[in-house]
Amino acid sequence: MRFKATLENYVFVLPAVLIFLIFYVIPFIWVFQLGLFDWDGILPTKTFVGLDNFKEIFFQDKIWWQSMLNAGWITFIALTLQNAVAFLLAMACNREIKLKHFYRLIFFIPPVLSEVVVGLVWQWILDGNYGLLNGWLVQLGLPNLVRNWLSDPNTALTTVAIVHSWKGFGWGFLIFLAGLQTIPREFYEAARVDGANAWDSFRKITIPLMVPVAVLVAILTVLGTMQAFVLITAMTGGGPAYHTQVPVLRILASMRGSSRFGYACAQGINFGLILMAISFIQYRFSRKARNT
Amino acid sequence: MRTIAYYKSKKIAVNAIIHLLLIAVTITCLFPLFWMVSSSLKTQETIFKDMSLIPKEFHFENYILAWREGGFGRYFLNSILYTVSVVAGIIIIASLAAYAFSRLRFPGKNFLFFMFMAAMMIPIPGSFVPLYVLLSKLHLRNTALGYILCMVNVGLSTSIFLLKTFFDKLPLELEDAARMDGCSKLGIWWHVALPLAKPVLAVVVVFNALNVWNEYVLALIIFDNKNLMPLQRALMMFRGEFLTDYPLLMAGLTITALPIIIVYLLMQKYIVKGVTSGALFG
Repeated sequence: MRFKATLENYVFVLPAVLIFLIFYVIPFIWVFQLGLFDWDGILPTKTFVGLDNFKEIFFQDKIWWQSMLNAGWITFIALTLQNAVAFLLAMACNREIKLKHFYRLIFFIPPVLSEVVVGLVWQWILDGNYGLLNGWLVQLGLPNLVRNWLSDPNTALTTVAIVHSWKGFGWGFLIFLAGLQTIPREFYEAARVDGANAWDSFRKITIPLMVPVAVLVAILTVLGTMQAFVLITAMTGGGPAYHTQVPVLRILASMRGSSRFGYACAQGINFGLILMAISFIQYRFSRKARNT
Repeated sequence: MRTIAYYKSKKIAVNAIIHLLLIAVTITCLFPLFWMVSSSLKTQETIFKDMSLIPKEFHFENYILAWREGGFGRYFLNSILYTVSVVAGIIIIASLAAYAFSRLRFPGKNFLFFMFMAAMMIPIPGSFVPLYVLLSKLHLRNTALGYILCMVNVGLSTSIFLLKTFFDKLPLELEDAARMDGCSKLGIWWHVALPLAKPVLAVVVVFNALNVWNEYVLALIIFDNKNLMPLQRALMMFRGEFLTDYPLLMAGLTITALPIIIVYLLMQKYIVKGVTSGALFG
């Protein structure tokens, strides 16, 4: 009886476990296996090359590390500009202010749109010859600001980063707002009774209580932004000349462009480990910050 | 002593500045969408010269052209098919598993649950490479089933987590009563647990639906066959083939974005809940 009952219980998790084993665990193991081989993805024979793929990544693949720096720059803008805007807007909407639900509704529209839609619409607005932005700059009498925003090596990466921030700030905004709403009003009232002004209560109450929330937002921003690439595909395709390449685009290029499946897996492992290291450091750093 | 009037006018001034900021951001959020719709109503001849925000004539036929000749009708139906199948699959499979993890006893339970949770934490950025190999071997590339199964897997871990957390907080009395009445375990899951889980199921449905509708990477590596492509993949394809046909591209983008915006406006309560519960992050 008991055996039958246990068997019956397994039936509940069986579909989930099967799908998970086939589509998550097997690919997970294969990444590590394939990373040690040279393989074009078609021929039945794979050549074992040991750690050669990793050596190539570390010592020869300059574009790979350039793409890592590019993703780092986009992440830097997301951490500063995007999250500052998110926090500022959350502060504004945390007041007794009319229409705050309407604003909240609107600010989360960019995050629910797909990266393809956002990328292609902004690409059209920023188009060097026929784009609206350049059209406006000319009309405003600022023709020397006109740029080929997405095909000029000087502006492409930062332009992409700003569009990424436009799409992403709604996430941070919602999380910051939820965090601010958990701070009891009494804290501020007590501070005011003690003669504190708005700046004092912001510095002494809001900031310390929001540190854990800010750390959460920062970790999510880093993990999300470092891996973002669909928006970039839609806007620049990684160009001009590798200036907006990011790691995941390189992995795709290794696989689909040069048919080097083993190398693509090695790049994936390398990037995955870097991401885990970054979030681990952030986590440790945040615990230290909270304890002092 | 400052007067009440002073504080009142100060408050009004501060609020006015804040509203100005919030309205500016609101316009920044909405304007690209407005421009997308506006561009979709212009013609190939006028779109490169005419920068007017509201087109002089509305060429709604662009939408018919995009739907028929552009193939977006077909891609739209594909996206609907994938979204509905994946969401239905996730609801059944994830809630069965979550119910078992919360209520039933079997050896290895904690280990299995831990596995699902670990999958949420560990990023494997290159996993689409072996996935491509696997699907080729299983003859699931270029099939709707292959894509649907992959997408079910993508949403499984977070959905199980959300549902298990909910079931854990549910009082046992109702289920005990059903058991007394001779209800089987499967019957309790279907007749008692699932109906009670409606609020959290709504969160699971909305998030997974958005996720599937907006998905691009797996659609890129799985589909070469145009007839099976979902909207996101088809849009990039269309852009590659008809580089400068902006009116039709913008019509295609509007067709893709509109359902998402409608669903968002109707279900925004559940989206806010999902984001702020801190569990779901794309």
